[in-house]
Amino acid sequence: MAEKMAMAKAINESLRRALETDPKVLVMGEDVGKLGGVFRVTDGLQKDFGESRVIDTPLAESGIVGAAIGLALRGYRPVVEIQFDGFVFPAYDQIVTQLAKMHARSLGKVKMPVVVRIPYGGGIGAVEHHSESPEALFAHVAGLKIVSPSNASDAYWMMQQAIQSDDPVIYFEPKRRYWDKSEVDFEAIPAPLHKAQVVREGTDLTLAAYGPMVKLCQEVANAAAEEGKSLEVLDLRSVSPLDFDAIQASVEKTRRLVVVHEAPVFFGSGAEIAARITERCFYHLEAPVLRVGGYHAPYPPARLEEEYLPDLDRVLDAVDRSLAY
Amino acid sequence: MTVDSSAARQPRRSAAGKAGTTGSKRTTRTTAPRAKKSTEPELVQLLTPEGKRVKNAEYDAYVAGITPEDLRGLYRDMVLTRRFDAEATALQRQGELGLWASLLGQEAAQIGSGRALRDDDYVFPTYREHGVAWCRGVDPTNLLGMFRGVNNGGWDPNGNNFHLYTIVIGSQTLHATGYAMGITKDGADSAVIAYFGDGASSQGDVAESFTFSAVYNAPVVFFCQNNQWAISEPTEKQTRVPLYQRAQGFGFPGVRVDGNDVLACLAVTKWALERARSGDGPTLVEAYTYRMGAHTTSDDPTRYRADDERVAWEAKDPILRLRRYLEASNHADEGFFAELEAESEALGKRVREAVRAMPDPDHFAIFENVYADGHALVDEERAQFAAYQASFADAAEGGR
Ligand SMILES: Cc1ncc(C[n+]2csc(CCOP(=O)(O)OP(=O)(O)O)c2C)c(N)n1
Repeated sequence: MAEKMAMAKAINESLRRALETDPKVLVMGEDVGKLGGVFRVTDGLQKDFGESRVIDTPLAESGIVGAAIGLALRGYRPVVEIQFDGFVFPAYDQIVTQLAKMHARSLGKVKMPVVVRIPYGGGIGAVEHHSESPEALFAHVAGLKIVSPSNASDAYWMMQQAIQSDDPVIYFEPKRRYWDKSEVDFEAIPAPLHKAQVVREGTDLTLAAYGPMVKLCQEVANAAAEEGKSLEVLDLRSVSPLDFDAIQASVEKTRRLVVVHEAPVFFGSGAEIAARITERCFYHLEAPVLRVGGYHAPYPPARLEEEYLPDLDRVLDAVDRSLAY
Repeated sequence: MTVDSSAARQPRRSAAGKAGTTGSKRTTRTTAPRAKKSTEPELVQLLTPEGKRVKNAEYDAYVAGITPEDLRGLYRDMVLTRRFDAEATALQRQGELGLWASLLGQEAAQIGSGRALRDDDYVFPTYREHGVAWCRGVDPTNLLGMFRGVNNGGWDPNGNNFHLYTIVIGSQTLHATGYAMGITKDGADSAVIAYFGDGASSQGDVAESFTFSAVYNAPVVFFCQNNQWAISEPTEKQTRVPLYQRAQGFGFPGVRVDGNDVLACLAVTKWALERARSGDGPTLVEAYTYRMGAHTTSDDPTRYRADDERVAWEAKDPILRLRRYLEASNHADEGFFAELEAESEALGKRVREAVRAMPDPDHFAIFENVYADGHALVDEERAQFAAYQASFADAAEGGR
């Protein structure tokens, strides 16, 4: 049974299925109840599952994550919503010092099946703190798993898998893709949560991206094809763990790699990918691994975000530079 | 240094310390008992919704010297603030602003408290304090840059002792506390006021600012505008006791004031500021008011609240209330209202024109002010950006 739907709706359906099948699953966050979240991702869930399963919390992110940890200790599987990327920081302490480390601290006795949903990234013309991409700040912390779907089908299935995981998963939702529609097969056998996927085959260069930038990279590949260049597009899907085997396989074929993300390039996930792939594929590479991303500057006001965010031209530019080596 | 709650300096019959009733009958096993939402909360009021001046033994002293001209000034402030706000909402609808957070209904809380301040006091607002900004002399068009998306702030906080808007909920209450601690260290006698909402009262930062200000006896007034909602969540989702009562547990007084009564807000804030100045430490003022519009222009309140609630609060409109009082006491004539109407029109026009004329920022603004001392990486990226921009000019001149 397959259906075409928007990513936000796919996440909603996935949460619904989890609430239906597992009485221990809870949905928590600010405005997730009657309002259905500011993006309506949790629309209708409280109506159908009640206030004890779909919980409007006080306006306190540290409280939301800290309480979710306690609920997990008690056998629940909370899926918490942080309203926007920039508001996860009041909860950063709980996530980094507690959620990430509880399993190790308890010598494996305690599981932390908590999913932290964070709508992230820019491109929607919002005010400060509503457009950031803080994934690298979390990827640096051992004990957290970090994923970001790029389409409705992955959004659906990766949420199922994240909820089933006994590890804490930070689930970054590319908010500017919420309204993009694609096919979701509800009976599919999904790819493993942390496996990258080739979404377009190519031979001249690999574009690696996740979340909001996958669609852009597909557009870049289309544009490059018109110029006679064959680009392979890899949807990484998971930032931690990262599927280096998939990147390596692609790079061994194309010999060139450009990594694209919205977050600042400096100390970003692209840096880690570049370093590892250089180690793994040194003799295959025809060009240094290039990165396209945000600048070492605060995320700018809405009227400058077009300049700040990677776009078709900037990625094509990097492609040209790589091919010129 | 710790602080006792210094009841001596606090007006005795203030709301502080009188526990409101909280119903606690369990209805089901799974949901927590609900705090009873008191329909007639105990609050300091000097002007009834009908515009009648009521006596208040404790707070009358703080508005004793107020002249008819002062009253007209308060009225003018509220009318112009509302007009500015309406204009901004309209500009958002016309696509000139990306977002707007309206203060509709909260004019008395903001003008009353804002006019209680001295020039050397310092204000820490959230993102909705357009009326307080007005009182501080911040040009209203400056407030619109961030909502238009041309900057993330846009004014010099030290120009009018009015800090930048803070979007992360509650953060600024700690900044206010630290600033107030600095005032004490300097031996100065000014005070600080920190604004925040009922939703923000749940944040750890707000609790920490209460702790710090109490422990260090900081001259800060916490001014919570309880507008009943935090986006879709009613105050009951944040607290089980009336918010002003929180202060007691931290060791300083809390008062609930009618937030739609500009005189009462003025009086209570003056009282709290005087406490701060005379070394008696922090106060929590809960201005009990109502957000008449949506949370922001992105919000849809029909999904979570009933119309009749708004209708009930419209009857308590802060502007109407003062107008009735002015008229009944012959403190303002037709000419005054007509002149104000014209002034209001002019303000609307000025704001409209200013916003439309607001240029998009220079692209290189991305790299400006990232550091005070400069940074090699920023310089490098700026240069790359410049080369990239220049490549389009080259392309335009023929050939990529
Ligand atoms: C730390 C943080 N979490 C979430 C948000 C998103 N948000 C913006 S305003 C708001 C509601 C605030 O309600 P309240 O404090 O009562 O102030 P009001 O807007 O009603 O004046 C929320 C949840 C935020 N800005 N900061």
